Amino acid sequence: MEINELLIWARGPAFHWALAIFVFGMLLRLFEILSLGRKPDLSAARDSGVSGGLRTLFTRSLPRPAIFSREPLRILNGYIMHIGLFVVIFLYRPHIELFGGAWSGLPTGVVDAITAVTILSMFVALLMRFYSPVLRHISTSGDYLAWLITLLPLLTGYLAYNHLLLEYTQMLTYHILSVELLLVLAPFTKLTHLFSFVLSRWYQGYLAGRRGVES
Amino acid sequence: MSKDLKSMEQEHANRNSKTFAEHLEQNGISRRGFLKFCSSMTAALALPAGSADVMAKALAAARRPTVIWLSFQECTGCTESITRSYSPTIENLIFDFISLDYHHTLQVAAGQQAEEAKEHAMKESYGKYLLIVDGSIPTKDGGIYSTIAGRTNLDLLEEAAAGAAAVVAVGTCAAYGGLPMAKPDPTGAVPVSALVKDKPIMNIPGCPPIGLVMTGAIAHFLTFGRLPDMDELGRPKAFYGDSIHDRCYRRTFYDQGLFAKAFDDEGARKGWCLYELGCKGPTTHNACATLKWNDGVSFPIESGHPCLGCSEPNFWDAGSFYEALSVPQGRTGETILKAGAIGVGVGAAAAALNRSNKSAAVEGRETITVEDLKRES
Repeated sequence: MEINELLIWARGPAFHWALAIFVFGMLLRLFEILSLGRKPDLSAARDSGVSGGLRTLFTRSLPRPAIFSREPLRILNGYIMHIGLFVVIFLYRPHIELFGGAWSGLPTGVVDAITAVTILSMFVALLMRFYSPVLRHISTSGDYLAWLITLLPLLTGYLAYNHLLLEYTQMLTYHILSVELLLVLAPFTKLTHLFSFVLSRWYQGYLAGRRGVES
Repeated sequence: MSKDLKSMEQEHANRNSKTFAEHLEQNGISRRGFLKFCSSMTAALALPAGSADVMAKALAAARRPTVIWLSFQECTGCTESITRSYSPTIENLIFDFISLDYHHTLQVAAGQQAEEAKEHAMKESYGKYLLIVDGSIPTKDGGIYSTIAGRTNLDLLEEAAAGAAAVVAVGTCAAYGGLPMAKPDPTGAVPVSALVKDKPIMNIPGCPPIGLVMTGAIAHFLTFGRLPDMDELGRPKAFYGDSIHDRCYRRTFYDQGLFAKAFDDEGARKGWCLYELGCKGPTTHNACATLKWNDGVSFPIESGHPCLGCSEPNFWDAGSFYEALSVPQGRTGETILKAGAIGVGVGAAAAALNRSNKSAAVEGRETITVEDLKRES
């Protein structure tokens, strides 16, 4: 297939299939989690579960001093990676167009630099996983797959913008296809945390709230 | 053969014996002007500096090459672009110099005489003439959708290509099928390269292509006796090596994240990047941003309109001209709703199944007593 045809396919049918699988898969996973069902807690609540749940939704994004002092690099790297991904996906003007163009973005050069940092942070994350005996032991092929499919869109986007390795049209096409791969696989890997983090934080916070303990 | 045609042929033969240097002299172009042309042409073709001399020598001694121009499924825009003269330049003289023996839009002869002139030229310069094609070739139903003098384009191309030294496909239709090949492609249109396999082919795509690119290609052919270096899509690298985006004077606004969002907003008035208005500059390779149009006056982006990507294959099927390259084609909202509805349905069914499995397990649970555990099996 000639590259322009592949680009047309990537921007058309392939995108719609990928998006459909992503939406379908994510909803299926959320239903799966929600339908697990919990036994009713019959004990008298000491405090509000709702406020505990809401609080935890946000507090889990903040570092805990005790944990932070033990592994500052891992936590900092996690912040860099997640904030980097957010900036790259949602604050780059051509990407914003994808979401309807409703908000303003950052200068392209800034996004480019942040992309480079984010890519680096992903490799740091991989090395940390690899060099920590415990983490390496509990890592499955699913973890490495999730890492790879997150890295590919970042890498291809960076290479395309900077005209590296391949001609721009080709790299742009692979960039779009890599995003579609991410969309297709995200619901069936640990990347479900894209949405499920809300449920787990709420659940933990709610339980802790009812018991009147910190979460 | 009529008497008139004979005298025309005689005149033709006289002109053919003239070199390019003599032709320029006759048209009042100085040696200095000619050398200037050679320098700018070697620069445009990205040839080494020393090549200007080589080109000057070769061009000066060059004899009129026979050129046969076949127009198939096309709109004559390419001919318009290439023959449009803004001032009598040497570029134009190159066109005057070539012996354009057949071009059914431009030639004076018509009907039988025109076809005879072509046949004569083809026979006389068999194996040496340059064949220029504009327009795509319909192949469906035996190619009956476009015929000239009662013969299909398919047939005409096959015949003319057999005796050509090289074939130049001018315009996106001849190079990549263009508009006629766009969906639903009712005539089964194909580009020249799909049919001619045994001759060197150069594509000069664009809708229309820039005249100077054409001149450059002919100058190269006359100088070196072969076509210039080409990219994987058969385009001369010197003109199609860079993307419009990379050579665009508005590129700096792209880098700063400053975009026009409507054709009449502040950004448009300030000349900001047209990416969000659908500019296909990043994926389009052409010389518009450097050579420009109308004697270097302007090019589409400079006039405030996004690049349509007309020099790329399938540009007509690549979605809306006015949607950003990053925006997927088709109705995204509809896809989300449909997939969402299926997801909710299947998810609810899966949840119900889980629940019934769970309650069945609870109901079917056997009570185990301490005695059971103590029992030896």
